[in-house]
Amino acid sequence: MPKDHGIGAAPKRREDVRFLTGAGNYTDDINVRGQAYVYFLRSDVAHGRINGIDTGAAAAMPGVVRIFTGADFEGVGGMPCGWQVTDRHGEVMQEPAHPILAQGKVRHVGDPIAAIVADTLEQARDAAEAIEVDMEELPAVIDMKAALADGSTKVHDDLTSNLCYDWGFVEENRDAVDQAIKDAAHVTTLELVNNRLVANPMEPRVAVGDYNRGTDDSTLYTTSQNPHVIRLLMGAFVLGIPEHKLRVVAPDVGGGFGTKIFHYAEEAFCTFAAKACNRPVKWTASRTEAFMSDAHGRDHVTKIELALDADNNFTAVRTETHANMGAYLSTFAPSVPTWLHGTLMAGNYRTPLIYVNVKAVFTNTVPVDAYRGAGRPEATFQLERVIDKAARELGVDPIALRRQNFIQPDQFPYATPVAVEYDTGDYDATMNKLEEIADLSGFAARRAASEAKGKWRGLGVNCYIEACGIAPSNLVGQLGARAGLYESATVRVNATGGLVVMTGSHSHGQGHETTFPQVIAEMIGIDESMVEIVHGDTANTPMGMGTYGSRSIAVGGSAMVRAAEKIINKTKKIAAHLLEASEADIELKDGNFTVAGTDKSVDWGSVCLAAYVPHNYPLEDIEPGLEETAFYDPANFTYPAGAYSCEVEVDPETGKVTIERFAAADDFGNVINPMIVEGQVHGGLAQGIGQALLENCAYDETGQLLSASYMDYAMPRADDLPFYSVDHSCQTPCTHNPLGVKGCGEAGAIGSPPAVVNAVIDALHSGGKTGVLHIDMPLSPDRVWAAMQ
Amino acid sequence: MDMTGTRILAADRATVWAALLDPEVLKACVPGCQEMAGSAEEGFTATVVQKVGPVKATFKGTVTLSDMTPPERLTLSGEGKGGAAGFAKGGADVRLTEVPEGTQLDYEVEAKVGGKLAQLGSRIVDGFARKMADQFFDRFQDAVAPEAPDAGPDGDEGQGETSDEKKKGWLGRIVSG
Repeated sequence: MPKDHGIGAAPKRREDVRFLTGAGNYTDDINVRGQAYVYFLRSDVAHGRINGIDTGAAAAMPGVVRIFTGADFEGVGGMPCGWQVTDRHGEVMQEPAHPILAQGKVRHVGDPIAAIVADTLEQARDAAEAIEVDMEELPAVIDMKAALADGSTKVHDDLTSNLCYDWGFVEENRDAVDQAIKDAAHVTTLELVNNRLVANPMEPRVAVGDYNRGTDDSTLYTTSQNPHVIRLLMGAFVLGIPEHKLRVVAPDVGGGFGTKIFHYAEEAFCTFAAKACNRPVKWTASRTEAFMSDAHGRDHVTKIELALDADNNFTAVRTETHANMGAYLSTFAPSVPTWLHGTLMAGNYRTPLIYVNVKAVFTNTVPVDAYRGAGRPEATFQLERVIDKAARELGVDPIALRRQNFIQPDQFPYATPVAVEYDTGDYDATMNKLEEIADLSGFAARRAASEAKGKWRGLGVNCYIEACGIAPSNLVGQLGARAGLYESATVRVNATGGLVVMTGSHSHGQGHETTFPQVIAEMIGIDESMVEIVHGDTANTPMGMGTYGSRSIAVGGSAMVRAAEKIINKTKKIAAHLLEASEADIELKDGNFTVAGTDKSVDWGSVCLAAYVPHNYPLEDIEPGLEETAFYDPANFTYPAGAYSCEVEVDPETGKVTIERFAAADDFGNVINPMIVEGQVHGGLAQGIGQALLENCAYDETGQLLSASYMDYAMPRADDLPFYSVDHSCQTPCTHNPLGVKGCGEAGAIGSPPAVVNAVIDALHSGGKTGVLHIDMPLSPDRVWAAMQ
Repeated sequence: MDMTGTRILAADRATVWAALLDPEVLKACVPGCQEMAGSAEEGFTATVVQKVGPVKATFKGTVTLSDMTPPERLTLSGEGKGGAAGFAKGGADVRLTEVPEGTQLDYEVEAKVGGKLAQLGSRIVDGFARKMADQFFDRFQDAVAPEAPDAGPDGDEGQGETSDEKKKGWLGRIVSG
């Protein structure tokens, strides 16, 4: 019998009432009286030298308030990078300057050259047309390997090359891995591309800057997953505004998927311009602008080798990846192909020796940073693809090969050779569950039915593991993070017993306003409706690091639990006083404090009222009021894991792939709201299947962005996706956070691409195309058809 | 984007050559051309209004002529900027050969688009360029050989001329004002 409230219940999302009835308050809904509008004049060449910008005619056009160019920002900091990677030779990465508006050069299509502030957006756009830019187009470098060749055009003249870093992990294992591959009974090699993606949240980015001349306070309303991080980065590193004079508000945000983690130039510009113009300024990205200014995702080119002994045990993994950084370092870009990728190369397996080499490369393209999964999908894809290829080469069952190499339940905590320690897991359990919910035993019959109608049916199965609950601050500090990754919560109890939780986590689709109250309700024994969640405003939430990396419930939820524990401890003291009992004898259950072994009790509301109306109150021992804050820094990452399967049909005539079935068996540890978890998995699967079949961000050889609209960039639609079978009943709770939760936000996007590709390869083999061992994503009909020929 | 083509023009090679270097002829023949000035020696400047898929813009640009071997071959190189719409640039190698029907004109075009044109229009640029070339040569046919019985299908974009006017031929109209 499912619970009807508290942890494990599935109440509907309370935020949906406003989202679904048009009552949400998104950043673009915010209009400040007297605001002007910003239009960014962006480069239409991938690489060019700016010899001059004549804004004279434009400045004289109707409604123009002011035109800004790079020269206006010479005394201002550039966009900071939040992670410094040290390469395999002990050198720190090359870190180029990243100005708010281009200074001297443009380095990708979309790089902002000038910003026009005008009374209306139309006037700003018209004025942009009148700006004369004397631009000398330079050769652009787009291909990563070409960018590293001797004599290549440099994206940044002041760097020694286009190589950001050459990272080796674990460098000490390099020789042993090489030797193990030499000694192996079998080595499977696979070269692949992890295609460049654009996150495409439904809501494009928006920034509204406001400045109060009377108080010298600046406010930025922005589409962010982490307003405190934006305030810290923009205030301290870019504009030099102390945090107490700067407020950042990220109200309702319509999806993030990582791309709204980062601090963007438009945010700093609007904050700066509001003060410079003494007028609020607003910028709303168009969809095409989003394509060329939102940080992109993925874009790895990888060679992976898997070594096996004569009994098919994995003995070593060696990978070499080129990771595209784009033209500048976005906020967390250096961490994605390194610490969020290399540390996951053990997967669910006992492989004893692993070496990961990553060359991060600058090119004349939009910066690349974290996108749903961030490094972990890239790790999972290559590992699960190469295992599938190995099974095919060895003629063994791909599920059996995986099972044989699984880390076993009695081996946890399990220290991998790539520096992380998995706390819990049971990979056979999720594989068993997958076989059940996917009805794998019925596959042969379904394949026969497909063949009867002229289609080739394939089955792809894979596992995944991810490191979530980001992250232990002392560990990530050693790895180059320039920030801590704790989370915060303040729990404020009102006089009549209702609670407000002010969390540093940020909800932009995750449903925190529903799930966080379930935890509080469980702890106190009250109804969820008594709990309100406040987030997204630096003025009324404690310093927190925001939401990404499936960290909200594991880290933010844990902070809330710690703060609520402090509240409960204090209310027990108050109750002990009111009941004239010993604090040690007070029990809180179902919203009532009782003295153990007696019928004496006082309810939650009365205790809260006593705290605020302390007429009968132990003022000499306890402060009045009920408000507590906690910061929680996790002891380890969490390690959600699971097994996914995909069944496809391939049309032999056209190469078109249709997804017929998809099943996901996940172990997320304890689950707060199973309906929301299921929704998170559904969304992740849609994005993972989108990557595998449809999505591709394309540049031509001169650096022109060719896919900047939904006519050219194929987003998954409802009819591209099947009904999913999703299960999360296999639960090995996390051992080191108070809720035993692991996080579920990214799993679907991490685990699904290899399942789709494995299934298509399997389908082609069933159709006799046994020479096809890999096709790069997206598996569009033309690519599949070409592979068949 | 690369494109090659061949046209047989019912006019002698010297006439075709002269027309290719005449800014008034070019203005009349380039679809959407609002202005064309300059000379073969100095290069031309042009203003062209065109719509490529969803992108409509006024392109201002320059065309220079090089590698000229009268009356056999020349290379045109040009670049047009369309403001927010982006830009187009490219070159064309043109060869003229005498044939019994008049003059055979072979062209090889290499063109690139950038900015919004590339972002929104890359799928349709090839078709657009083909259509532009067809329209240009239909009009050019009319200009150099007004009595030609069949100039092929005409896109009839934007110039507003009537078929009667066309039949006079461009050169004739220009001369007669």
